[in-house]
Amino acid sequence: MSATTKTLEEVTTRDYEAGFVTEIEQDTVPPGLNEDVIRLISSKKDEPEWLLEWRLKAYRNWLEMPHPTWAHVHYPPIDFQAISYYSAPKSNEDRPKSLDDIDPKIKETYDKLGIPLYEQEMLAGVAVDAVFDSVSVATSYKEKLAEKGIIFCSMSEAVENHPELVKQYLGTVVPHNDNFFAALNSAVFTDGSFVFIPKGVRCPMELSTYFRINAANTGQFERTLIVAEEGSQVSYLEGCTAPKRDENQLHAAVVELVALDDAQIKYSTVQNWYPGDENGKGGIYNFVTKRGLCKGDRSKISWTQVETGSAITWKYPSCVLRGDDSVGEFYSVAVTRGYQQADTGTKMIHMGRNTRSTIISKGISAGHGQQSYRGLVRITPKAENARNYSQCDSMLMSDTCGAHTFPYIDCQNPSAQLEHEATTSKIGEDQIFYCKQRGISEEDAVSLIVNGFCKDVFRTLPMEFAVEAQKLMEITLEDSVG
Amino acid sequence: MALLEIENLHAAIDGTEILKGIDLAINPGEVHAIMGPNGSGKSTLAKVLAGDAAYEVTKGSVRFNGDDLLEMDPEIRARVGIFLGFQYPVEIPGVSNTYFLKAAVNAIRKHRGQDEMDAMEFLQLIKERAQTVKLDDALLQRPVNEGFSGGEKKRNEVFQMAVLEPSMAILDETDSGLDIDALRTVAEGVNAMRSEDRGFLVITHYQRLLNYIVPDRVHVLLGGKIVKSGGKELAEELEETGYAMFGEQAA
Repeated sequence: MSATTKTLEEVTTRDYEAGFVTEIEQDTVPPGLNEDVIRLISSKKDEPEWLLEWRLKAYRNWLEMPHPTWAHVHYPPIDFQAISYYSAPKSNEDRPKSLDDIDPKIKETYDKLGIPLYEQEMLAGVAVDAVFDSVSVATSYKEKLAEKGIIFCSMSEAVENHPELVKQYLGTVVPHNDNFFAALNSAVFTDGSFVFIPKGVRCPMELSTYFRINAANTGQFERTLIVAEEGSQVSYLEGCTAPKRDENQLHAAVVELVALDDAQIKYSTVQNWYPGDENGKGGIYNFVTKRGLCKGDRSKISWTQVETGSAITWKYPSCVLRGDDSVGEFYSVAVTRGYQQADTGTKMIHMGRNTRSTIISKGISAGHGQQSYRGLVRITPKAENARNYSQCDSMLMSDTCGAHTFPYIDCQNPSAQLEHEATTSKIGEDQIFYCKQRGISEEDAVSLIVNGFCKDVFRTLPMEFAVEAQKLMEITLEDSVG
Repeated sequence: MALLEIENLHAAIDGTEILKGIDLAINPGEVHAIMGPNGSGKSTLAKVLAGDAAYEVTKGSVRFNGDDLLEMDPEIRARVGIFLGFQYPVEIPGVSNTYFLKAAVNAIRKHRGQDEMDAMEFLQLIKERAQTVKLDDALLQRPVNEGFSGGEKKRNEVFQMAVLEPSMAILDETDSGLDIDALRTVAEGVNAMRSEDRGFLVITHYQRLLNYIVPDRVHVLLGGKIVKSGGKELAEELEETGYAMFGEQAA
């Protein structure tokens, strides 16, 4: 993370930290979910009536929906009544007193990533007052964005200050009843990010959520909405490479992107939530719905994700290519080790004419990790001359891990051109020996080979993210060959 | 003192003994050739010297500059100056030849207490060495061996050797799969590197290569043992008579 993005994020979350967190300090909602809880959330946030109605509609739909079981992941049933849907930040007594109280493995990783102490404490939720003293820099960034008419704020702020925009776009890409987890999120989302890039504006910097979730336990049901008006461009970074400790096991986020004519949105994620210990105990369940709508002609949405964390990942960042000549891209590196399970991929829905999509998925499994690529390419009847290229490569690093590929193709227009390539390889003892024979250590050899394997994806990441991602892979896969 | 001193070396893979007592000493500046039919243990010898964990040394010793080579991990052997030109070089997708070699050069330099090589200096070096083995510049940026022809792969091995400047180079059937022009280029590359402080162990099936790389000593390996050693004329002799002169084992 560069100083720039870091500072930017410090800035853009400052108000949010101060405002939102203090506001709810006194509140504790007991576990359980019912309409009253949703009304409470909505009223705490001073939401307009339409939003409450929308939440309730989502909730009522959710009640009727079965818990999905089609993904290739296994976990005990989730008791949704045992979760608190609106919790105040932990009081200092409940938090770790210092970094000595956290899992030494996490601490070790922080050190290896070279994360400064104060950031480590913040990531680990240590009871300290993190002070980032960069108000002047902050202000200048805020001004810079405002000058261009860009809105980048928390979802709560957006609801308060730009209700018409939120109302216009919220739920237009991922409807309130889209799927089980999206419906749950729609009912109870607490916060997230809102980005609006006005017509013709190129966002002058990468927007990042790096520090947002650290503010409080708001990461559990995040809701993010990015709207790029005609001819605008934005690159958005989500997450960070440091493993973050979190009290909430279940995470069900929703991200919606809307690109109008000639607009471009690039959304990059590095996800490294706590994966559980080496026996597969604990760890985050990450059930995410991410979808982008290429609404306008010649619009482009590009997803890049590096997924190394979470015990369970269930995630399919998708593109709906409605505009003619629109482009969708999905670049993914997913790593499962220990007892991690990931079922991830994408959907490319071609609706407009001359739409193009690219899918590059790289899966790496080590230890007892289980990984599935699940992807759908759909060409609707009116999508003349649609093209898709899919490449799904899996690398196995042990004899106990698994890689699975579930590619679905639904082609209803004969003019479409679809290509699918898939490979599965075991990281070669002979490759490692070859490197060693040239003087390269085993550790460096593994990282070299793995980074080579992931290169097509890493090169789509913004520079500083790419460097971090490579480092993360090295650390994640240390001692993984077996 | 010999550069490389192999004594009574026995080695096995999956419990099957392949090397059954090899004795061989190579002095600095010497080029030794090992010839033998398929399955005689030539490649096994090369891999054992490089430290391939698939093989188990059951008996004997190997000294390199007086140090116990068998005690060293493969990467350490490489760093102290052992180079193996592979018979079947592997592909490493997504890793450029240049990047790979830079990692190797710097790992070796670090081991020797030297600073990392300056990027410009390094590029200069590989360009120059690529020329000596007539390696197409474009291959420098391509992923290691990926999509290389058989000849390009072998040339790439000799190129790597030229960059890494080992004190003991083992070339495992570097001539196989090469046409006569490629063979000549590869041999020229090797000859250019001959020097009084560097040893070569050239493993080959055919005498042909030895017309270009003239060895000081030739050894015939058969059934995991060196059955005959001699000067360069032994190679010519073999060319005429074949391995049959050594009897049953060679059949």
